[in-house]
Amino acid sequence: MAAIYKFKPYNVGRWVIWSLFALVLLAAPLVFTSNLSVTMLAQMGIAIIACLSYNILLGQGGMLSFGHAVYTGLGSYMAIHALNAVSGGTLNIPVSLLPIVGGVAGMGFAILLGWVTTRKSGTPFAMITLGVAELVFAMSLMFSEFFGGEAGVSGNRVAGEAFFGITYGPQIQVYYLIAIYTFVCVALMYAFTQTPLGRILNAVRDNPERVEFIGYNTQRVRYMAFIIAGFFAGIAGGLGSLNFEIVTAEVVGAGRSGAYLLFTFLGGATFFFGPIIGAVLMIIAFVLLSELTKAWLLYLGLVFLFMVMYAPGGIASLIMMNLRVAKFGKLRQIWTSYLGLGLTAIVMLAGAGAMIEMVYHLQLNSALGDTVKFMGATLNAKSLDSWFGSAFVMLTGLGLFELARRQFARDWGVIQTDIEKEIKRRETAL
Amino acid sequence: MEFFIISMLNGLSYGLLLFMLSSGLTLIFSMMGVLNFAHASFYMVGAYFGYTLSQWVGFWPALVIAPLLVGACGALFERLTLRKVHPFGHVPELLVTFGLSYVVLELVQLVWGRTAVEFLPPEILRSSAFTLINHSVNGLSVVWGAAPAEMCSAADAAIRVVCSPFPATRGFMMLVALLMLVSLWLLLTRTRIGLVIQAALTHPEMVESLGHNVPRVFMLVFGAGTGLAGLAGVIGGSTFVTEPAMAATVGSVIFVVVVVGGMGSLSGAFLASVLIGVIQTFAVAIDYSFLTLAKDMGWALSAATQENSFAKLTLSQVAPILPYLFLVLILIFRPKGLLGTREG
Amino acid sequence: MSYALELRDVRKNFGKTEIIRGVNLAVNAGERVAVIGPNGAGKSTLFNLISGRFGPTSGDILLAGQAIQNKTPYEINRMGLSRSFQITNIFPKLSVFENLRCAVLWSLGYKYSFWKSLSNLKDANERTDELLDMIHLDKKRDVLAVNLTYAEQRALEIGVTIAGGADVILLDEPTAGMSKSETSRFIQLIKDVTVGKTLLTVEHDMGVVFGLADKIAVVVYGEVIAFDTPESVRANAKVQEAYLGSPVADNQVGGH
Repeated sequence: MAAIYKFKPYNVGRWVIWSLFALVLLAAPLVFTSNLSVTMLAQMGIAIIACLSYNILLGQGGMLSFGHAVYTGLGSYMAIHALNAVSGGTLNIPVSLLPIVGGVAGMGFAILLGWVTTRKSGTPFAMITLGVAELVFAMSLMFSEFFGGEAGVSGNRVAGEAFFGITYGPQIQVYYLIAIYTFVCVALMYAFTQTPLGRILNAVRDNPERVEFIGYNTQRVRYMAFIIAGFFAGIAGGLGSLNFEIVTAEVVGAGRSGAYLLFTFLGGATFFFGPIIGAVLMIIAFVLLSELTKAWLLYLGLVFLFMVMYAPGGIASLIMMNLRVAKFGKLRQIWTSYLGLGLTAIVMLAGAGAMIEMVYHLQLNSALGDTVKFMGATLNAKSLDSWFGSAFVMLTGLGLFELARRQFARDWGVIQTDIEKEIKRRETAL
Repeated sequence: MEFFIISMLNGLSYGLLLFMLSSGLTLIFSMMGVLNFAHASFYMVGAYFGYTLSQWVGFWPALVIAPLLVGACGALFERLTLRKVHPFGHVPELLVTFGLSYVVLELVQLVWGRTAVEFLPPEILRSSAFTLINHSVNGLSVVWGAAPAEMCSAADAAIRVVCSPFPATRGFMMLVALLMLVSLWLLLTRTRIGLVIQAALTHPEMVESLGHNVPRVFMLVFGAGTGLAGLAGVIGGSTFVTEPAMAATVGSVIFVVVVVGGMGSLSGAFLASVLIGVIQTFAVAIDYSFLTLAKDMGWALSAATQENSFAKLTLSQVAPILPYLFLVLILIFRPKGLLGTREG
Repeated sequence: MSYALELRDVRKNFGKTEIIRGVNLAVNAGERVAVIGPNGAGKSTLFNLISGRFGPTSGDILLAGQAIQNKTPYEINRMGLSRSFQITNIFPKLSVFENLRCAVLWSLGYKYSFWKSLSNLKDANERTDELLDMIHLDKKRDVLAVNLTYAEQRALEIGVTIAGGADVILLDEPTAGMSKSETSRFIQLIKDVTVGKTLLTVEHDMGVVFGLADKIAVVVYGEVIAFDTPESVRANAKVQEAYLGSPVADNQVGGH
């Protein structure tokens, strides 16, 4: 029953999305012009590539890795050594192509270490990635020629021949280099999801045993995905070298790997664009949130815990669920519940946050006096009033939130049933 | 000679501490399929609880109360959080414990600060259990407790006396670990609850349909596992150092132990703990590098080789990565682990 | 001329327990064989041995004359043998179309390629559409496999099994858990999709067995006690003693 006429409509939606993405990348520094913003945007680009490469393993392959920073970090190290070689005149590669050196390095290490790592799957795989990450981090303290010891390895990105007058001295030039790499890498990684290997990788995630019975060597599939993820991780690392001009041992550390895991999961591992959201949040958290409050790691851990329990698909899944509700025209029915949920949550979190901030203040900043500013109000960490006040606010908020949550759950349930009925109706109408 | 004996004992005691931790981890993993990423965090919490409690009621009561408290916290966590995530699969369970490790670290730093605290062992354990005296004339002898200064030095310059003390805390660690091991084995094989646990290890649904409250058993096992970690924490914290970084340092090693020993195998965990404990303790004390070896053997090396950073590395410098090297080797040559049965 | 599938004195022990105790079987190309026997006789174990899930303790398994014992499942699949599972074993988070497409990729030679786009693989997409029609799931093309009804999932299971174009198909209790009407439709589906192929199917429903099979193999306690045409097997005294000869079986035979 082969179709004689093949009609492939021009996929307008796809072109619109990618053009918008390119536009955002181009125009962002023109909208957010401060130095801090451009620095953050540059870091976001790098983080997007890193988190997307991590999601090749986590979201697409079902492989939980605790050591992805090994590949971004080693890519960084190779790239900065290459940069120094370019500065020293022994290597003649344009600075613009140095991230690819990082990518090749990441790929090389993935080929080497990945063979051992992908021999297992699931929980043992996660443990092995942890062990390998610790191994590499411990080695970084031992071999100071390559890893630069305590001070790390630094370089100067203004090296070699200027490329059409671009020296990469100013941050904005580095940003645009990163933006180009980001666009290309995101496009390539998206294309990967539409290839045979990409699809079989998804099958391996869903049911590794069955994949063996349709002719594929599951371990080989995982190994190849690992290598591809390592390549893009290395590119991210190489861009990082150019951006910061210094590489220290923490780039292969457990903290960095943990951050990739945390934020990719937070953004949403089940959709392609989830890690992009996660990467943006990661930079905002590390740069801005850490300045705002000393308790940011605690908040982060708690948010992550709640996400795993209540929204394991991440922010992306929350967006998609609501888009689905909107598509069926039911968003109107639920927005009041959302409002109630949001307001009561704010009250509750304000109370809790006030108490946490006061505790942190007592622990860390008590030399600066007793008062701490929180959401515009001044709290006295040593006065009982502040404590009672915050506790009261939090408990009231908690009670109201629980009420709002139950109402929301009822409304959501009704809407979901309606949507299911509508889907069935459309199916049978065909 | 005395170096060998003392190092062996030190290594054994460290290995037994690792086993205290990894046994709880293995038990939880075998039972529930959850690899508790926050296990080392419970170890740390045990140390800190022990520190605070020993300041209020003394060390010995703290030794009993702290693990119970930690176990209660573990059971609470299982009840509130882990149980909720259980239907989602093993990866979310691992992630939830991963998130917990972050939260616990922050909370500990919040309450007790970011620097190390002085958690001292009780008076009776502060000196040596025994001292080996190597007298170049009289030979090897043992003195219980700490050897007085006169015994450790000789008036005659020609006689060499070396005193090697074995800390009482280490001895106590070994004692507690062995006691715990024996009682665990007895519990699992001789009591009814142990039988239920053994059955639920492989067939939880069947056990549930036989009328046992499997979720409650899970909570008990998780609490017991974390309680064991807490006990190890009280002992480890008073013997070594109690600081926020203690979770990270021991955390990765016990995961290596569990994978090397074979996931789900208690005896494998025992073997791997002792092996890694002994090897690492010996390695840290040995200052040999390839270069010193070559010198001893009388090999002539080129100038380039002598400058090579690999060759200059002493065994003691390499010691931190030995467990991970071990891991990689096991994975290449024997992926099931030393005594593994479950494929994980 | 070699047999499509041959088992020579195959034995399997789990620890000290002998599950398969010397099975000899020779299936000609194009034959439809039903494997029947009481519960615990070792039928699923036999299938696992043939398809490579685990290896026999001793004995040879030959596929078109070539030894396949102790080969990995994917090696055996590439040599032309494919199996379905008693407990539905599909890819839950992929759509029906994607499930089938994954199953055709290797046989069309696409292997581990990551430089081609799936939507441009004309032959793969056409073959997948063909399969969709064959198993009557064309209306559910883009539905996630986890959202299908049980019977639809079983149909998808068969679809994934035959997608690679293997010559020897093993179906493990394909109609398990289905109602009478679903089963009749399913038998017809199986007949349609396995035209020209060698088929081995484990079945408990006697109606299916006698309606579908050219030959029946009776497995009892890890041995094949009879391997013959349905009429001969029915009349075989050993078989009657061990398995058939109950009112339930007679009813089932009458029912289809």
